Amino acid sequence: MFDRFRILTIAALVPLALTGCEDEETTDGTAPIPAVTASALENYAEIVHASYEDSLTAAREMGDDLGAFADDPTDATLQTARTAWLDAREPYLQTEVYRFYDGPIDNPTNGPEGLINAWPLDESYIDSIIAGDEGINADNLEALNEAGGEENVATGYHAIEYLLWGADTSPDGPGDRPAADFDEAESDEAERRKIYLYTTSDMLIAHLEGLTADWADGAANYRAEFLGATDEEGLRRVMTGMIVLAGFETGGERLQAALDSGDQEDEHSCFSDNTHRDMIQDVRGIRNVWTGEYQRLDGTTIEGPGIDEVVRAADAALAGQIDSKLNEAYANAQALEVPFDQSIQPGNDEGRSKVEALILSLRDLESLLQNAFTLFGLTVPVVE
Amino acid sequence: MRSIHCAALVALCLAGCDAEQGDPALAPGEHLPGGETTNTFLLGSNAFTRQAENLADEHDQAFFSGNSLFNMPWVEAPASTTRRDGLGPLFNARSCAACHFKDGRGAPPLEPGESFLGLLIRLSVPGEDMFGGPLPDPNYGGQLQPFALPAVPGEAEPRVEYAEISGTYGDGEAYTLLAPTYAFDALAYGPLHAEIMTSPRVAPAVIGLGLLEAIPVERLEALADPDDANGDGISGEINPVWDVEAGALRPGRFGWKSDQPTVRQQVAGALLGDMGITSPIFRERNCTAPQADCLAAMDGGNTTDAPEIEADDFDKLVLYSEVLAVPARRDYQSDEVLRGKALFSQAGCASCHTPSHVTGDHPIEAMREQLIWPYTDLLVHDMGDALADGRPVFGADGREWRTPPLWGLGYYEVVNGHTRLLHDGRARGVAEAILWHGGEGEAAREAFRTMPAADRAALVRFVESL
Repeated sequence: MFDRFRILTIAALVPLALTGCEDEETTDGTAPIPAVTASALENYAEIVHASYEDSLTAAREMGDDLGAFADDPTDATLQTARTAWLDAREPYLQTEVYRFYDGPIDNPTNGPEGLINAWPLDESYIDSIIAGDEGINADNLEALNEAGGEENVATGYHAIEYLLWGADTSPDGPGDRPAADFDEAESDEAERRKIYLYTTSDMLIAHLEGLTADWADGAANYRAEFLGATDEEGLRRVMTGMIVLAGFETGGERLQAALDSGDQEDEHSCFSDNTHRDMIQDVRGIRNVWTGEYQRLDGTTIEGPGIDEVVRAADAALAGQIDSKLNEAYANAQALEVPFDQSIQPGNDEGRSKVEALILSLRDLESLLQNAFTLFGLTVPVVE
Repeated sequence: MRSIHCAALVALCLAGCDAEQGDPALAPGEHLPGGETTNTFLLGSNAFTRQAENLADEHDQAFFSGNSLFNMPWVEAPASTTRRDGLGPLFNARSCAACHFKDGRGAPPLEPGESFLGLLIRLSVPGEDMFGGPLPDPNYGGQLQPFALPAVPGEAEPRVEYAEISGTYGDGEAYTLLAPTYAFDALAYGPLHAEIMTSPRVAPAVIGLGLLEAIPVERLEALADPDDANGDGISGEINPVWDVEAGALRPGRFGWKSDQPTVRQQVAGALLGDMGITSPIFRERNCTAPQADCLAAMDGGNTTDAPEIEADDFDKLVLYSEVLAVPARRDYQSDEVLRGKALFSQAGCASCHTPSHVTGDHPIEAMREQLIWPYTDLLVHDMGDALADGRPVFGADGREWRTPPLWGLGYYEVVNGHTRLLHDGRARGVAEAILWHGGEGEAAREAFRTMPAADRAALVRFVESL
């Protein structure tokens, strides 16, 4: 729908204000969209498709391991299932940079983001569903999830995480749910808990199948619409995802709030103590889009022009700044203390300063990316 | 420098671009309704989630923590989280975001059997409290809370039914409106008072509130015309309401009847009334004398004297609520929208939906001296019998409502998935909302109703471009 819009920068407003009531001019001295943008957007679509496909592959493998665990709940099968969950997160987290522009993942009508990855999870809500007698199936869980806002999160990766690890009450390790919770001989709720596990896992796989199809080549789907839009519009979407994930979502909502409260429940993957990987892979997702390179699960690499080449064509110095800031943020994410919940505790000055460094680099990255956004005049949409 | 620039903008407006004069040309800055605070960046389903663009970095921490407090559910006390316990015992919702989803606007139940989230019912009985405010029902208090902690009965199950009303436009085209009636099943604490007064209210979008707070009192006084001295049939009044922290009456600015003077008090009122959370402003629990289980339930304060939301967290939540930005307008340059803007003025809509103001002082620097376009005068007006709730609040009588801001209205559909408007969400879009206007809004409504269809469409499209 934004195809109709041309662009006006804030800078253009000042002369406008001074000239009074005349019709607005949208010639604004911003950089033209470089020719390389078209192939960068093609390459972006390739990467998006490949990373959803990898997420799907890993989720299916996890589904098999969850099944094996539920059939024979032992410490060993539980451990395998947990490892499969951690592995499944790795490709998915790299896809979070495709959010925030109302694409397939968070399209306001039917985007599955809230069912796949919503957070914070309401664990007592899940327990109450398991303890209750309502049917546990995809339709019911979808209706219950986010009933009344984003607040009854009951499906997706974090629901599976909670079922595998349980609440994290330990100061130096993750949650420690016993395998016996899934053993009918040991727990009255085991059967419903298993059904819950299967159901959320199947839902997750179905949603990832949908996203993979939305981005598949050669179909009448979102990818076709995305590549059919103007280069300017495509660039606007891609950069919106990068900017919001770096600044508002990761630097702000996830890290700043957690640091401020020092509260264990404010961390992203709180049951498994995997929050540090969330941060690393989120930044890596931004880097994939920036460099145009994505390493697939099978070890092959997709390579093509990235957004870096688009920015470099217009402002090489700015592109260089973004290169180094992105590397700095990636290094800061890798330097986080593990587990994250302990690193944010009041009194852990070293742990907290590492979180602060990551926040700062992400907010700087946000500003630099916003400079690029503005450079191309991608701010206020104006109807032609 | 900034103030000089703003002053220049204002001068220009007065010089001839003002929408009130019906000039179809674009006025400077009118596509940035929040001035420099405007969110010009994220204009889809997250259009209401951004902090003011000119907000100083020093507020980041408070903003993001406030965001977290706004979104996270409160839980029953005691809980492993000492910070977020204290829900209820009686409540309408567990979190702010449950009703203000994505910082946006709530809706009435859209399907039979759907629970009341995003629409609440205020209660009072004839008389006034010691400050001149509404007198609560002795059994149920000032607001119906359908939900409660497990050991406490919820107050009632409200229900809404709609009767279809038919009407015709001046050109003969038919329309229908939905007239709601409310009923209360499963009343848990005895009958409602024999003379109970009820007022349904939907949760409004939480954008631009700091800017509305920063409109100078003098500006509101200048706009007010309680005795209709200018004879235009419109007699907007300031609703003087009790400011708890100031210990004095102050102009109401927030809530459907301008019930609250400040964002702080609005947030504190919502914490207590909607979620049952005591705060530094409202420290008494929200239980009436007959609600013994409610009174007996555990308090979530960390010490005997502490409110359930700590002062520091409360401040962050208030800051968050003040600085959420209004998104930039879309589509504002199209011929149809500009024509609709002129019609909006000609029909008299802009007499109450005052297009623009310049903000004055405010504790948050980013809110100061901004040319803003909220399309409200913050005054209360007689809106006629059809909209009347018959329930006075301080100076606003049972027929009066505050002119609601129209900024951001065009985004409700993409943010919240509905287009329900008016205080109880009865209108299914802009045209129906206009058709419900009566009283001081009657002449404007009739102007709209008797316009040619193309003009009506242009006017609606203008409002949706805000």
